[in-house]
Amino acid sequence: MVEEKDIKHLEEKAKQIRRLIIEMLAKAGSGHPGGSLSATDLITALYFSVLKHNSKDPKWPDRDRFHMSKGHCCPLWYAVLAESGYFSVDELWTLRQLGSILQGHPDRRTPGIDVASGSLGQGLSVSLGMSLAAKLDKKDYRVYCLLGDGEIQEGNVWEAAMACAHFKSDNICAILDYNGFQIDGKVCEVMNLEPVAAKWKAFGWHTMEIDGHNMKEILSAFDEAKKVKGKPSIIIAHTVKGKGVTFMENVCDFHGRAPTKDEAEKALKELE
Amino acid sequence: MAEMLYQRDVYGKALVELGKKNKDIVVFDADLSGSTRTSFFAKEFPERFFNFGVAEQNMMAAATGLASCGKTVFVSTFAIFAAGRAWDQVRNSVAYSGYNVKIVATHAGISVGPDGASHQALEDIALMQAIPKMNIIVPCDGPQTREAVIACIDIKGAFYIRLGRPKVPTVENKGKFEFGKAQVITKGDDVTIIACGIMVNEALAAAENLAKNGIKVRVINVHTIRPLDNDTILKAACETRGIVICEEHTVIGGLASSVQEVVAENNPVKVLCLGIKNRFGQSGSPSELLKEYNLTSFDIEEAVKKVIS
Repeated sequence: MVEEKDIKHLEEKAKQIRRLIIEMLAKAGSGHPGGSLSATDLITALYFSVLKHNSKDPKWPDRDRFHMSKGHCCPLWYAVLAESGYFSVDELWTLRQLGSILQGHPDRRTPGIDVASGSLGQGLSVSLGMSLAAKLDKKDYRVYCLLGDGEIQEGNVWEAAMACAHFKSDNICAILDYNGFQIDGKVCEVMNLEPVAAKWKAFGWHTMEIDGHNMKEILSAFDEAKKVKGKPSIIIAHTVKGKGVTFMENVCDFHGRAPTKDEAEKALKELE
Repeated sequence: MAEMLYQRDVYGKALVELGKKNKDIVVFDADLSGSTRTSFFAKEFPERFFNFGVAEQNMMAAATGLASCGKTVFVSTFAIFAAGRAWDQVRNSVAYSGYNVKIVATHAGISVGPDGASHQALEDIALMQAIPKMNIIVPCDGPQTREAVIACIDIKGAFYIRLGRPKVPTVENKGKFEFGKAQVITKGDDVTIIACGIMVNEALAAAENLAKNGIKVRVINVHTIRPLDNDTILKAACETRGIVICEEHTVIGGLASSVQEVVAENNPVKVLCLGIKNRFGQSGSPSELLKEYNLTSFDIEEAVKKVIS
């Protein structure tokens, strides 16, 4: 049973992660705040309560794997990695600069990142490969994969979805950040995904739908996924793009635009 | 008469041999295991073989994930699908992350024969060569296929090994395979023929005929396209009067382009290229097609004569 104080702790942590995302993007002058903020609660809960990992030993063979398939939201990944101790928080201010360990999209030069991403649609396949390795080596680590809603328009995702079910990869838990927006507008207008849950179900997945900003629901979904046998799980998390900063919420422009200095100040005030 | 072997038979057997010694070898295929001969491995080690169905993109990215956990993953399908269909996955997952994913693509080139243009990969080397850090080997025959497959295991990173469909005669007296080191098969100071894959045999046949006319040809088998053996190529450029390059591939972005770059930058000599020139393939028997696309020993002889004329 999750205690109230643990939930509070995670919520505070998520707020801190959001602050880091805003600061890092403002400093970089480019990047993707909207989808980083919508998935913050999910990935904060994952890294600080669910994932079996050790920042002092990033290559620990038995660690759980996390892969961010929607690679453009790496500011979120970098913030949780820094907060977890994989590297100094000061590194965050080098985001997107020449020679930085924090590239514009995920790259292996970042401690804690195993496989590059950024070209959408490939991450669930990468996760499947990791899950097969666990089975071959008879290890019980789990594999988590964050997908974007626009991203699942890629055909590769559905090749992977079919294969994860075929190989009975019950050590995989995908997380769909369903914030409803992509670069060109509303997902339902650009290329409708509905019925999303029915699609994953039809592909043979254990499918859960939650409020992606409710820590209790997030933790219980991760917990439920661990108990599922013989099939992969997906958490369809209904989220708000730009969550936590009112003037960014559900504003498509902030998919791929960094906040200005003034906007960042305003955002950080909200996140105090 | 030289021994005739399917490169893919040799590949399949080599996988089994390697699989026995190395438990970390895993093999992927996309519904072509009978043709690529990964079926040999599947039979012997079913727990380490995964069939991805007709879904090459998923297969390539999954290979990266598996290799990131310490496995060496051999991934096979036809060259047109490995290099073409799944190019983005090969670039952004396989090569960019740089784990031990060894792509062994079969049915490359015009010699695929009757299946026609859609199945004849004539641009796969170019596609792979455009990707940074992708190691590329084009073995010339059966035994060299085995050597290449064994060699790639000990070299970290992504590989693309290109095999053909038909049986090919074994090239004699070429020496031991060394990754990145071209093989000078015949000595000669008049003209150099640089070839890879099945064109090595055609080159040797041409050289033999030319010798009868007193033209001494140096035949070099450039089995490793990347990293290219610049030294051996430049030595030939210095010591002979011209170079004929032959490949069963478009002349853009493959062996011909690479050799020309090295020669043009360092020691320009006359170069003629035999390869596919701005055409798709078509149905026909392999020998008919090699003739149609000017890739026979006769065409090579003519090119050599032109170079020294």
